[in-house]
Amino acid sequence: MEGLLSVSVGTVFWASVAFLCVLVIMKRMAWGPIMSSLKDREEGIANALRQADLAKEEMSRLQASNEDLLREARNERDRILNEAKAMSDKMRNDAVGRSQEEANRIIAKAQAEIENQKQAAITDLKNQVAELSVNLAEVLLKDSLTDDQKQKALNHSLIKEFGAN
Amino acid sequence: MLCVDYFCTAKNGFVMVRLYQFLFIIGFLGMTSVAIAQHEGHASEPVAHDQVSVEQPAHADTNSHAHTDSLAHASHDTAHAEGEFKIGEMIMHHISDAHQIHLGGSLYIPLPIIILHEGHLDVFSSSNFYSVNEQGELDYHDYKGYRNHHEMIEFVGENASHDAHGHKVMDFSITKSVFGMMLVIVLMIILFRSVANKYKRNVGKAPSGFQNMIEPFILFVRDDIALPSLGKKKAALYTPFLLTVFFFIWMCNMLGLVPFLGGFNITGTLSITLVLAAIVFIITSVSGNKHYWGHIFWPPGVPGFVKVILVPIEFMSIFIKPCVLMIRLTANITAGHIIILAFVGLALMFGQQSPVAGYGVGVGSVLFMAFMYCLELLVAFLQAYVFTLLAALYFGDATQDHHAEHDHGHEHEIQHAH
Repeated sequence: MEGLLSVSVGTVFWASVAFLCVLVIMKRMAWGPIMSSLKDREEGIANALRQADLAKEEMSRLQASNEDLLREARNERDRILNEAKAMSDKMRNDAVGRSQEEANRIIAKAQAEIENQKQAAITDLKNQVAELSVNLAEVLLKDSLTDDQKQKALNHSLIKEFGAN
Repeated sequence: MLCVDYFCTAKNGFVMVRLYQFLFIIGFLGMTSVAIAQHEGHASEPVAHDQVSVEQPAHADTNSHAHTDSLAHASHDTAHAEGEFKIGEMIMHHISDAHQIHLGGSLYIPLPIIILHEGHLDVFSSSNFYSVNEQGELDYHDYKGYRNHHEMIEFVGENASHDAHGHKVMDFSITKSVFGMMLVIVLMIILFRSVANKYKRNVGKAPSGFQNMIEPFILFVRDDIALPSLGKKKAALYTPFLLTVFFFIWMCNMLGLVPFLGGFNITGTLSITLVLAAIVFIITSVSGNKHYWGHIFWPPGVPGFVKVILVPIEFMSIFIKPCVLMIRLTANITAGHIIILAFVGLALMFGQQSPVAGYGVGVGSVLFMAFMYCLELLVAFLQAYVFTLLAALYFGDATQDHHAEHDHGHEHEIQHAH
């Protein structure tokens, strides 16, 4: 019992020396590097998590803006398509109108030409008829004038015909 | 009492939950070491258990012959002197510090004796004090005028008689406990150096191997002992000490449970726990701030006549706290050893009566011993934890600043009430 409860100066001395040694050695050699690398690692993990959160946020933000862009692009496309469609319709209508007009114009021109030609032909015909009539009259006159009877009768008829007026 | 109070008041559920986790782990480890525990039963006693019941009676006979022969050698050997087995002496012999390590049988490792006597150092091997007899027991004799009287070195002078009274000398010997402590220190340095190197090598990688095994305990001390008790700012300053104390005590406790090593009882040696408690006391006192001392010598918000009662109590508590720390650790570890040895002794005692009784009791003894061994593995961890936690709480108490006071006001009061 005395051995158990007594305190030995020598043991106290060795225990003090030994414990202080181990404290200093462990602090310098083990706890320092271990604690610092634990801290580094924890900070690294915390950083990584924060970065991941940021990235996620960025991702969702990008996704939202992407969707906006997409929607915008779609609208733009629709707008452009509609516009193009309208434009093409208009162009087609214009072209159709114009060609109609042209056709009308050509037809009118053709009709005018035809009219002219007709008039010319009529005039020509009249001239020829007149000439033929003159020639015919000449022949007739020549014939009637050679005979006095005939000449008188002619004069008569002529005076009759024109003298009335 | 103090211990229980601290458990209840301090650190609430969180620490307890963590503690239970560790208790389960350690309990599980304990189960696997049943086989080892049984071996310890054989190893811790020079006469192995299974031989006991058969050989003990014969053994006792030869002992009585040996007894008469060795009287001149002033034999102190316990079982020997009376010719019969004395359980109390056997247990005391095993849990007390010694100047040699008994590995079992007649295998003794002598340790250096260093004596400061009348101003000069005497250094010699402890094997000069004894010779090992046929039973594997020690016959003590004097050397150079020194006598090993129940492991206390005395100076009796040359040719002193058997019952001469010597006077005590300054004994700086490397005793069993001191040797065990040094062994633990060497182990700790080797172990943690490799772990620290691993940390340096494994930067940015997950922990692996032994580092992985040690890391939960380091984090446990840092996050569940130091941080809650000391707060974030001050924890960094005290964590190295707390880690050292924790692993030192734990490994000392565990070394005491390793069979075939001579049954170290390092943390059951009062001189060693005294040093640990004294260091805690010194650190607490040195780091104690105005607030801490003010609380002790002029407790605020207390009427004058209560102060008269309270101040001496508070003052005494400064010393009582580390004393309790010291006694708790020593008592717990020693008690564990005593219980295991008692079961060994039980088998031996019955074996002396009759072989059948020896075997019969032996079976039960071994079962109980295995159970106790599991419990001791747990206690080894628990006591290291308790010591470290209380040290951290004392440091926290000493360095607490005024703001934190209100947060822990309740805890503080309860603590002070004791």
